Amino acid sequence: MSGRGPVEDARPGRIDAVEVRHPWRWVALAVIAVLVAMLAHLLVTSPAFDWAFTLEVMNQTAVIRGLLLGTLLMTVLAMVIAVVVGVLLAIARLSDNPLLSGSAWVYTWFFRSVPRYVLLFLTGTLGALFADGLSLGVPFDFLLTDVLGTPELRFFSVDQATVYAWLGGYAGGVLALGLSEAAYMAEIARAGLLSVDRGQHEAAAALGMTQRQVMRRIVLPQAMRVIVPPTGNEVIAMVKDTSLLSALPVTVELFYQVTLISGRTYQVLPALAAAVIYYLVLTSVLMVGQHFLERRFGRGFGRGPGARTAAAGVAVGPGAQK
Amino acid sequence: MSARAAGEPLVRAVNVHKSFGHVEVLRGVDLDVHAGEVVCLLGPSGSGKTTFLRCLNALERIDGGRIRVDGELIGLEERGGRLHRLTDRRLAEQRRDIGMVFQRFNLFPHMTALENVVEAPVRVRGVAKAQARERALALLERVGLADRVHSYPAQLSGGQQQRVAIARALAMRPKLMLFDEPTSALDPELVGEVLAVMRELAADGTTMVVVTHEVAFAREVADQVVFMDGGVVVERGAPADVIGSPRHERTRTFLARVRDDG
Repeated sequence: MSGRGPVEDARPGRIDAVEVRHPWRWVALAVIAVLVAMLAHLLVTSPAFDWAFTLEVMNQTAVIRGLLLGTLLMTVLAMVIAVVVGVLLAIARLSDNPLLSGSAWVYTWFFRSVPRYVLLFLTGTLGALFADGLSLGVPFDFLLTDVLGTPELRFFSVDQATVYAWLGGYAGGVLALGLSEAAYMAEIARAGLLSVDRGQHEAAAALGMTQRQVMRRIVLPQAMRVIVPPTGNEVIAMVKDTSLLSALPVTVELFYQVTLISGRTYQVLPALAAAVIYYLVLTSVLMVGQHFLERRFGRGFGRGPGARTAAAGVAVGPGAQK
Repeated sequence: MSARAAGEPLVRAVNVHKSFGHVEVLRGVDLDVHAGEVVCLLGPSGSGKTTFLRCLNALERIDGGRIRVDGELIGLEERGGRLHRLTDRRLAEQRRDIGMVFQRFNLFPHMTALENVVEAPVRVRGVAKAQARERALALLERVGLADRVHSYPAQLSGGQQQRVAIARALAMRPKLMLFDEPTSALDPELVGEVLAVMRELAADGTTMVVVTHEVAFAREVADQVVFMDGGVVVERGAPADVIGSPRHERTRTFLARVRDDG
């Protein structure tokens, strides 16, 4: 204590206190360092890995095609369907019209209940429902033919084989993944729409905006702030779920191509390592993209990565000043 | 354009009734507001004054009575000898001409002050962007915010936000301005700047209906003060009478309490 002045003083000045120590952090650091060293040693020295072969697998045209078309493009297409259908479902769910909200609920219930792997299998077999092919025209026109003798009222038809080919291939994959994801996106979008203050609807309505304008210009942009972060997670999950596409079967797909190679060469672990590395890279890129999206939609809000510095003493965020 | 005969009030509300579930919030409210007039609605919370204000631009639908603004029936339409509720689209059309300022500002947080003011004239009235922007800048200057036009609401103080909200409502060139406790959510030192803008509007001949607890403001600016309690109008008249020498016990009690608070 000598030379530091008394702890208690008539008029205390600058605090010169010992900070709290965290000895366990050092213990944790040591433990983790050892574990990391062990893992690195294993990856480098284990004969089960063959990194030259892994690299070779990663460079195969079929694998790269699978990565770009089956994993990346499929994710993009499925998520576009999912976001559009999901937002529409959320709006329907929140509508005053009980038929609309009921239908949206049933949709969500169905697609959330069926496992995605099962759904993909099912989609591949759905062609069986279209023994006479698939047509665009007046519904139940055959009944009209029986009663009124009218001709078939169909404008566009494809035969069953085409339906099988479509549903059992890439298009079926996009459709099944997209529609099933839409059920989850609907819940996320609903939470986002509900997060927007009622006062926002009222202020926009008081300005004479129609419900559609209120939704498009005022509510949805604000809801995006809540919708984007979990959607990023859904995109990442979707990247991984494309590995289920072999159920359909879609063969232009990363994981399927890698299993083909591992089956042919019996180099299972090195081949799978190629797929894992690609998934890690894809996911990392998506996480960076998510960060920028969050910043974009956080505009004007004092929180999150997009936070703008507000003047000192100014309450931040909507409704902060109640 | 106006369906109102000369000399008739701009706002004519007759026997307005409104219930939320089993609770009757408005029990026969009458109000006439002439063009250029400022009417202040006073009353304890729960008296129905805010609900009544929200009925004037159909944010709440009324169960009984009639409201006419500029001769036009609000929320309803007479067709084939029957009253029909208006569609959302028609309601939106009616609201274009009635500006509203809210207690909690309700600025659009994802838009700058300027974008807030430009939005409705462009999207709703179809005004050209450049023209709307020019007018918005003029309005923001008028409310003393020329230097904050590119700020987001979260970067503005409450008083500044409320002044942007006033500019936003004015941008639609409304026939009537509604104020719902515009200073109640403000820190005391910020109340003055908002009231100053409102005073100026009143001086310019804007027709205003103001729900407020600012008795001094009502006394100074209002042409007509209406005291509500329990969903009915208890007392109305010139501010000097209603505030200066209230006839009803309820008015006296309320005024005494409000003055003690502030």
